[in-house]
Amino acid sequence: MAWTQSQTPPVKGHLPVLLPLRSMPQALPLQDRLFNVWTASILVLALAAALITPAFAQTDAPGRSAVAILLEWTPTLAKGFGFNVLISIFSMAIGTVLGVGLGILQISPIRPVRQLAWVVTQFFRNSPWLVLLFYCILLIPFQIEIFGTKIPFPGWVKAVIGLSLPVMAYMSEYMRGAILSIPTGQWESAESLGFSRSQTLRDIILPQTVKRVLPSWMNLYAVLTMATPLVSIVGVNDVMALTRAALSAEGRVDLLIPMYLYILCWFFLYCYPISAWTRRLERKYSVNL
Amino acid sequence: MSWTEDQPIVSLKDVHKSFGEVKVLRGVSMDIKKGEVICIIGPSGSGKSTLIRCINALNDIQAGSITVEGIEVNDDKLDKLALRKKVGMVFQQYNLFPHRTVLQNVMMAPIKVLGQNKAEVEQRARDLIRKVRLEGKEDAYPGELSGGQQQRVAIARSLAMSPDVMLFDEVTAALDPETVKEVLNTIKDLAAEGMTCILVTHEMGFAREIADCVYFTDRGVIVESGPPATFFDQATDPRTREFLSQVL
Repeated sequence: MAWTQSQTPPVKGHLPVLLPLRSMPQALPLQDRLFNVWTASILVLALAAALITPAFAQTDAPGRSAVAILLEWTPTLAKGFGFNVLISIFSMAIGTVLGVGLGILQISPIRPVRQLAWVVTQFFRNSPWLVLLFYCILLIPFQIEIFGTKIPFPGWVKAVIGLSLPVMAYMSEYMRGAILSIPTGQWESAESLGFSRSQTLRDIILPQTVKRVLPSWMNLYAVLTMATPLVSIVGVNDVMALTRAALSAEGRVDLLIPMYLYILCWFFLYCYPISAWTRRLERKYSVNL
Repeated sequence: MSWTEDQPIVSLKDVHKSFGEVKVLRGVSMDIKKGEVICIIGPSGSGKSTLIRCINALNDIQAGSITVEGIEVNDDKLDKLALRKKVGMVFQQYNLFPHRTVLQNVMMAPIKVLGQNKAEVEQRARDLIRKVRLEGKEDAYPGELSGGQQQRVAIARSLAMSPDVMLFDEVTAALDPETVKEVLNTIKDLAAEGMTCILVTHEMGFAREIADCVYFTDRGVIVESGPPATFFDQATDPRTREFLSQVL
């Protein structure tokens, strides 16, 4: 499906014009798109099968087969994976709300506000996620008492907060970029119509940033989901922690590779459609020259 | 604040404006009476656009005084909303809100800024859209319209705030020659209704036809001004004559 300059038919009476080079055709035919998704999935599953098969070969029949064990553990692991998804959704929600706010503060007309928002953004954007997680686990008390009501903070809530911090920082940068990419004419015409700054932001600028931020936002969500196994290190019973538990319960070395591969496949199946959809949106919203 | 209709509706006195080291306006004065149509012409970089942006407080000035219906624009305590209710502005690049339809573009400011009744605003907006001859395009998005159509929506949007003065900043400069005319006709209709119009333009024929007074600016000062008949045919200043000989 390579799209080259030479394929455009020469139009009579027009000078040859160097057309902008596109890395991707504007719209892939449906069957090609499906082909891509299915090829990718089949490749991964084939790889998985290839790696699991030697595991069978090695087992000189010490009890059950690897597949049987995987299936046996599937409900438990699924619960763990659901927890990962839950953590990713909460972190994303909190991070998005905070990040949009922080991004808006980054373009504040008040200089100290702008600078502070910039510092906060850069700090969290350039910190390792795992270190942030440790900080939240250690710094946030296990419960907070407000007016006699005890609000508990279990480990997973702290993990959600910990993961939402880098999401916030990335989101803040995306928002700043998107707001600055809106032509200044929009601000000026709104101003000349009497809109205040906050009205302009709310009614004119922010609605226009949604399209621009959406692909990056979805990509960030996929990255975040793939980072959720980090929470197992700080003692949250996510899919990784449960996998480890399952492995030690079975006590079979030959299960290590198939089991982790199995988890990898789950993440792939969850994240791949998101990134595929993101690429489609990016193509759709890309500027047509 | 005791402005009466016999006084100039817009008055500039010795206005100075600079962007950093660059002096853009170096002592500009003009008086515009209610209902007058003023055309400002001049080479690019002569400060025409800056001049009318200052009237709307989109740019601040360093020295001098600008009043609009008695409101001093060069004032730290300026009520910008009060000023912008009186002054409408149309830009070269239309600057319509791309995420809103034509009707919503026109209705937005009166509802959100002035808090007017939605039904009344919609009625007025539809009338204005008809006035700029775009009936049937109410539900189109700006991206679906031609440049000339977008510019007429921009005019209607500005008129929806019921301004007393309209500023036009090179509104036809980005348009195709064929669509220039439809925008100019809209402005002509407006002028005929008695709207005070201040235009920065390169359309000399239009300026000659419609203006009550033409101002020629160069390097931040007004070189010459006068009614179009005398201005275009009997310009006295050599700079004006040179400019006119190039554009006419």
